[in-house]
Amino acid sequence: MSERDPATSVDTSDRAAVEEAAAPTGGALVAPTGESAWRAMLVPALAIFSALVIGGLIIVFSDPDVLDDWTFLFSDPLTALRSSWDAVFTAYQALLTGSLGSPTGIWEAVTSGEGLVSAFRPLSETVVAATPLILTGLSVAVGFRAGLFNIGAEGQLIVGAIFAGFVGFTFTGLPTVVHLPLAILAGFVGGALWGFVPGFLRARTGAHEVIITIMLNQVALRLLDYFLRNPLFQRPGRTDPISKPVEETAQLPHLLGANLRIHAGIILALLVAWAVWWLLFRTTRGFEFRAVGANPDAARYAGISVPATYIVVMSLAGGLAGLAGASQLLGGVTLYSLTPGFAGGLGFDAIALALVGRAHPAGIIAAAFMFGILRAGATKMQALTATPVDIIVVIQALVIVFIAAPALVRAIYRIRARRQVGPEVFTKGWGA
Amino acid sequence: MTLELRGITKRFPGVLANDHVDLTVEEGEIHALLGENGAGKTTLMNILYGLYHADEGEILVGGRPVRFASPGDAIAAGIGMVHQHFMLIPVFTVTENVILGVEETGALGFLDRHEARRRVEDISRRYGLAVNPDAMVEELPVGVQQRVEIVKALYREAEVLILDEPTAVLTPQEIEELFRVMRSLKQAGKSIIFITHKLKEVLAVADRITVLRRGKVVGSATPKEATEDKLAAMMVGREVELAVKKDVATPGESVLRVEDLTVLDERGQVAVDGVSIEVRAGEVMGLAGVQGNGQTELVECITGLRPPLAGRVVVGGKDLTGARPRRVFLSGVAHVPEDRIEDGLVGDFSVADNLVLNTYYLPPFAKGLRRDDAAIKRTAEERVRQYDIRTPSILAPVRTLSGGNQQKVIVARELSRSVELLVASQPTRGLDVGSMSYIHEQIVKARDEGDGVLLVSTELDEILSLSDRIAVMYRGKVVAVVEAASTTPEELGLLMAGSVPADSKGEADRDRRGPGHKGKAAPGAEER
Repeated sequence: MSERDPATSVDTSDRAAVEEAAAPTGGALVAPTGESAWRAMLVPALAIFSALVIGGLIIVFSDPDVLDDWTFLFSDPLTALRSSWDAVFTAYQALLTGSLGSPTGIWEAVTSGEGLVSAFRPLSETVVAATPLILTGLSVAVGFRAGLFNIGAEGQLIVGAIFAGFVGFTFTGLPTVVHLPLAILAGFVGGALWGFVPGFLRARTGAHEVIITIMLNQVALRLLDYFLRNPLFQRPGRTDPISKPVEETAQLPHLLGANLRIHAGIILALLVAWAVWWLLFRTTRGFEFRAVGANPDAARYAGISVPATYIVVMSLAGGLAGLAGASQLLGGVTLYSLTPGFAGGLGFDAIALALVGRAHPAGIIAAAFMFGILRAGATKMQALTATPVDIIVVIQALVIVFIAAPALVRAIYRIRARRQVGPEVFTKGWGA
Repeated sequence: MTLELRGITKRFPGVLANDHVDLTVEEGEIHALLGENGAGKTTLMNILYGLYHADEGEILVGGRPVRFASPGDAIAAGIGMVHQHFMLIPVFTVTENVILGVEETGALGFLDRHEARRRVEDISRRYGLAVNPDAMVEELPVGVQQRVEIVKALYREAEVLILDEPTAVLTPQEIEELFRVMRSLKQAGKSIIFITHKLKEVLAVADRITVLRRGKVVGSATPKEATEDKLAAMMVGREVELAVKKDVATPGESVLRVEDLTVLDERGQVAVDGVSIEVRAGEVMGLAGVQGNGQTELVECITGLRPPLAGRVVVGGKDLTGARPRRVFLSGVAHVPEDRIEDGLVGDFSVADNLVLNTYYLPPFAKGLRRDDAAIKRTAEERVRQYDIRTPSILAPVRTLSGGNQQKVIVARELSRSVELLVASQPTRGLDVGSMSYIHEQIVKARDEGDGVLLVSTELDEILSLSDRIAVMYRGKVVAVVEAASTTPEELGLLMAGSVPADSKGEADRDRRGPGHKGKAAPGAEER
């Protein structure tokens, strides 16, 4: 094949110029079909690596002791370098042991049978942190796949949790097999409702989902505030905004005993991830979603209803975020009750996560665990070294920067771009 | 001024776009650069115009080696380019457009419009480029806009003009006018590089012809010694059948009846204005017209992509007025869309997925909710073989295929099911000669199998060689329906320019925006 044939005979020169310009940035945020898994993971992996390197530099520069050593750079350069390396190494080591546990500790605990809980606590915390992220990440990813930018996972998560909570503490006397699924379902329905609204508005009026979902996040937040002051939700005898606790029959069981927070939500999340993968890549509906996302004009031409797809996808995306809310609440992460800060930015982290995971369920699971590691390990890192927790936010932000600018990563690591115009990214511009 | 390219080589990752290309353009010469899409013509010209840099080789202008870092350098060296898509600002006058970027200013930095206007007039008179310097560009017909582009290049004192596919958007009469201008520029000593893939035009106007294939110069010729067949063989690298072989049509029942159809475009303007046409089984109805005269909207309405304002669309006795695309498609309408990248294909999807783009939900490709990947792949393998789609794999993203093979994917998808009506819009636009003749064969084959074919094309040759009857659209109306066998390109050209058959010749291409727009229905415009 010689240079790519232009779309039409029209304007070959411009197209060639566009291709030239686009070639180095050929990577997309959504892994295109047919791309090898390794290829798809290359840029995210390098982005994470780069972010950790820069994070390391920041650790060095924010450590006064290390900076002192640097003042003797010329007289004693080795000390400066060594202390820098030590600072970074101990910080990241603390991050890892804080999130995964120390291998020797785990081995001793397993062999001796003692101290199992404390040995596995870091791992449990990582899983607990990753669980809702998987679900909200999927929520955003499903949107990306259909060409929609769901910024509203945060709000959908809140409304999902409100619904799940209502079912969870209002009904009493139900057996667990009924009550728990019902509460989870309610979470899905609540989130789906919150996703349906922007989907419907986009389909009917062309109102851009980004704007609508951002605004609905605020509405959801205020809605939560309102309910937490409402006798229907507020815990009796309390004046602060906190809900009643979820009935025991609606709680997700702990997986490793009451002392570790890891709960069955992770199983739910992994099952849902598999289901989303199946839906996207193995069903006709998923084919429609992806066709609409990759080229809505061609989808319309092929007889797919683009507006209907927008509504279904946004509802589904909302439902997935709603499940995250249900999982957080019913899994006891917030002690089985709703509070004003319940969502805690999970819906926003999800956007970054879906980008890092390239909108693929497997990628999202991996990215969610990575974010989980950062979140769970940060506390220990702060405790053991002078590194503040905020470094995690910096690293996450850097990851996003590198993912969003694949050209940068390619330039740093001299990866040759595929010579083709990158696939459609995830939005088509306002009201398109 | 002589222009010489020596050993120009340009590599893109994995592709050798230009391979030691030598090209010499003499002063006062029209030099045609002929080649299929992807042969490297555009890359070569972009190097010459300073948009790309050659990996090897040199450019000599008037015998002196030059290096162009940007188009600005090329312009300064006397090279002008007229792009296919005009780079004009519609709400500016001709003069304003011409001076844009090289404005001459008088005292205090005010524009010296007067002087500029005088120079534009001067250029226009000297080279026979009839333009009104004060006309608003948006009000000018396409052919005149092109003249403005040429004036723009000449204003910048271009000695070498590159015309990139200049005839693609013109009516036959406008093409004649362009050729006249090109000859007068030649007389004045200007050199012209004329990029095209249309053989007739090359033979009509060029002094010398250089043929590119796969980035290499494969031959050169003069119009005297060359024939269309020879040039085509050089371009493609093998003998090609240019003429479409077909027998006389044996039309049957009506498969498509369009009655008094009125359709609006995006801006709410009437694009299709009370059109009535009929397509019968076993015939090719050609829909001719200069681009933008309502053909696109008419086809979109027939295929369900655009709602009608009034009128009826009947396919095989079924009323499909305002039906959704899926219902139209299920009623036996195949559609090869005008813009295959935009509408016909999902570029990131594999060839296999694109082959089932509109049948993915039907058995055997779907089992309930599940896609049957095995069936999809099996069918894809079969179609790839049957329609000779050149692809590394059925799982390759369709955007990595050449334009011709992309179009084959669409044709394979649309024709490999039972259809009554094939609507083919610009089916060979941008395709190489080989793919073009393949697509033409498929259209004739569909006709011979008893399908009705509505062929929309702005290429007169294509319309004339494939159609049995021809409807000409002008400003949203069908101005005439003629028998293909008894018409001539000249007659069609006049009709396309809006002149009704009874009108006197001459004024037709003068002022297309003028009072000609009365929508006089020609005899025979209505259904017979």
